Amino acid sequence: MKHLLSINDLSKVDAISILDTAQELARVSDGPMKKLPTLRGRTIVNLFAEDSTRTRISFEAAAKRLSADVINFSSKGSSISKGESLKDTAQTLQAMGADAVIIRHSASGAAQRLADSKWMSGSVINAGDGTHEHPSQALLDAFTIRKHLSKGADDLTGLRVAIVGDVLHSRVARSNVLLLSKLGAQVVLVAPPTLLPVGVESWPCQISYDLDEVIANVDAIMMLRIQLERMSEMYFPNAREYSRYFGLNSDRIRAMKAGAIVMHPGPMNRGLEITADAADGARSVIVEQVANGVSIRMAILYLLLAGNQEFAETGVSS
Amino acid sequence: MKNSNYLLTGLTLPNGSKSDIAISDGKITQIAPNLSAAEGFTKVDLSGSVALPGLVDLHTHLREPGKEDAETVLSGSMAAAKGGFVAVSAMANTSPVADTAGVVEQVFALGQSAGFVDVFPIGAVTQGLNGEKLAEIGAMADSRAKVRVFSDDGSCVFDPLVMRRALEYVKKFDGVIAQHAQDPRLTQGAQMNEGEISSRIGLKGWPAVAEEAIIARDILLADHVQSRLHICHLTTAGGVDIIRWAKARGISVTAEVTPHHLLLTDESALSYDPIFKVNPPLRTQKDVEALREGLADGTIDIVATDHAPHPAEAKECEWQEAAFGMLGLESALSIINQTMVATGLMNWESVADRMSYAPAKIARYVQHGQVLTVGAAANITIINPALTYRVDRDLVASRSRNTPFHGMDLQGAVTATFFRGHPTFLNGKLTSVHQGTSERAGN
Amino acid sequence: MGLALPAPDIARALIRISHEILERNSGSANITLLGIPTRGAHLAKRIASAMEKIEGTSVQMGTLDITLHRDDLRMRAPRALMPTVIPPLGVEGRDVVLIDDVLFSGRTIRAALDALGEIGRPKSVQLAVLVDRGHRQLPIRADFVGKNLPTSIEQSVVVHLTELDGADEVLIEGPLP
Ligand SMILES: [Zn+2]
Repeated sequence: MKHLLSINDLSKVDAISILDTAQELARVSDGPMKKLPTLRGRTIVNLFAEDSTRTRISFEAAAKRLSADVINFSSKGSSISKGESLKDTAQTLQAMGADAVIIRHSASGAAQRLADSKWMSGSVINAGDGTHEHPSQALLDAFTIRKHLSKGADDLTGLRVAIVGDVLHSRVARSNVLLLSKLGAQVVLVAPPTLLPVGVESWPCQISYDLDEVIANVDAIMMLRIQLERMSEMYFPNAREYSRYFGLNSDRIRAMKAGAIVMHPGPMNRGLEITADAADGARSVIVEQVANGVSIRMAILYLLLAGNQEFAETGVSS
Repeated sequence: MKNSNYLLTGLTLPNGSKSDIAISDGKITQIAPNLSAAEGFTKVDLSGSVALPGLVDLHTHLREPGKEDAETVLSGSMAAAKGGFVAVSAMANTSPVADTAGVVEQVFALGQSAGFVDVFPIGAVTQGLNGEKLAEIGAMADSRAKVRVFSDDGSCVFDPLVMRRALEYVKKFDGVIAQHAQDPRLTQGAQMNEGEISSRIGLKGWPAVAEEAIIARDILLADHVQSRLHICHLTTAGGVDIIRWAKARGISVTAEVTPHHLLLTDESALSYDPIFKVNPPLRTQKDVEALREGLADGTIDIVATDHAPHPAEAKECEWQEAAFGMLGLESALSIINQTMVATGLMNWESVADRMSYAPAKIARYVQHGQVLTVGAAANITIINPALTYRVDRDLVASRSRNTPFHGMDLQGAVTATFFRGHPTFLNGKLTSVHQGTSERAGN
Repeated sequence: MGLALPAPDIARALIRISHEILERNSGSANITLLGIPTRGAHLAKRIASAMEKIEGTSVQMGTLDITLHRDDLRMRAPRALMPTVIPPLGVEGRDVVLIDDVLFSGRTIRAALDALGEIGRPKSVQLAVLVDRGHRQLPIRADFVGKNLPTSIEQSVVVHLTELDGADEVLIEGPLP
């Protein structure tokens, strides 16, 4: 594995090995010394052509804990926002000797374009491309679910996970459907029909328009962020109606089964897709997701960069 | 003209019969088997090849004026000749837009001076292609370019009242409105066919209904005002059904399909390589099959290339930033051979119709689309159906390189094009009728 | 391929090492055994149970993965991490005995010392290996050795353990010295 562009790049064994590696690395993050020498001398570029402080900081923390050199190349005030082409940017990164580029971009497929091009030779890690995928987020979500609910199993067989909200525009949903189903979980998407893409029937999951029908039967519920600009695009009449049918509130929290957890990739619109008491309640693992994000990203960086890919024929050796 | 006498031997005519063809002074002087070369005739052995009436393209973007870095009338004419064309129709979306007599006359004149094909300008329906006010349609029709086809291609004439008026107005001179059928509201920001693939790769979908709804509306309008409507680049199975329905009712509608929509599907987008980004988008295999069937049974009247050159930087970027469009002239006949003839769906007589007779008739290009007979203008396209070649974007005659077929093996190669008796393309060489220009055309 | 240590010799060597560790440290009370995965971890288990038999009390035993501290990561395919399990009393102030199957260049042990330093500060660190085959590249020596095996640099030493390989044996592969 040279790049991580899509969950489709991973076999089930690969995915589990990332989760296992993250679990070991989490121990290091919990220990007194937070820095490992593993990626010393490697240069990692955070290419964020779209603002996302959370994801950038998470990757940056992961890279620094592994002693990599990190260069931040963000959109604000940089050349990317001034219409510099992806090609020119990539060639610049190549000249800087980047071993890996972590790319966040508003264009679906931008990460793959970078990886497939001959513009640069390093690894490409997709940190969210348009409305396509966000594989590291899905991995940290799977990690969080496994930790809480798998009862020691290394996959998610038998678990049922609801993903609720704006599936149409969500890269988090796309990556999670692929990954959680690959790991054996049953995924159900819950959304108004306007926020489900045409063609969603071909995805490896179930579909529901009724959150109350679903909520009592899931082990984990993942709330997606509703972007405020969707309001003007007529996907639903108004925020109040959206919250009434698809928001997570204390009544719905009570309807969930014992041990079920509440997740959100952040940033949250409190009061829209999730109420404050649902976000901060006992079932919520939202804060933990952030911490797990660093471990997962360390695992991704470790597996992509620490070894020599030329010797890697299939996945990870032991 | 130096030598205008040719004897072409070993040919198969569209009707399947074997024949030689003698050309003199721009006309076909003899068609019969086993002709012997008279004094002063250059003999060209074309054994195994098929002779077609010179191809006519009703949908070509030549980019001049305004985007000469992508294509010029000259470079586009050369690409056309290399692809077997003797006439092309230059779309109006240039800069400035071809919405006045001045611009269409300029493009027409550039075509004449290039001397590889007839370049017939298409006039804009509305001023600046903005869909609001009619362009000077009458003046363009009366100009030296004698425009008969009007189109806002690239944009849809969305306002039903503007469309109605345009359809009515062109009746004055037997014109036709060529509609780029795309409901702009249903396709805001759209990037590719809306379906399973778009749902998975997160590119904004372009529903088939956005095309079909406009086709249906315009057919009803054309029927109501008894005018001629032409549907550009049909892409959906539903669109084929609607056209079939309209023809059964006797409505005066014609339709075109591009070679790329007969061959490629939306699965190409899985690569995110914008070389496959095109307007209207590549659809599904089911649509491809319906289009092939529609072209074979005559529901779809013609093949048109929608040749759309773009400079490298317009495609070397993210999909959603990239320009729509792909090259088409040089590969069109090969793809028709591969998708329609080699598959047994169409014979060469039908190819002659869809690529020469019918487009010339729709556009009223009276000197084109003639059956290969003695006395007819010597506009002849020669294809060797057995010759397979690998497309190389570095060897195209077009000024741009954005062919989606790069690296593909195509079956059936154009080996010669005669334009009014002059070999514009022969032995791998492109030659203007003015003989001033002579350039290697690659393979 | 030559059999350098048959199963009975391995068993005897491990018993002897167990005795030596106890003797050197005056009993097992302050000892923490850390096996280096994968084979060192199994050897640690065996040594711990031998020590428990001798002493009659339980021994602090765990595993220490050194992968993240290796200096040869880039010369090989990406490796999965092995579990690090630190027993309840930790390493702080303890007499830690690192256990591995083969001592060769010393680089593994260098990495193990780094990994250990990340966890805490032991009172002392000692090293027990089943086989010392020589060719050190770092100033590292073992405190307890099952068997010294003189080898040439071209040869390789292969340790098989019942838990993983179905049988106990140490083999030398490659040309004779
Ligand atoms: Zn068009």
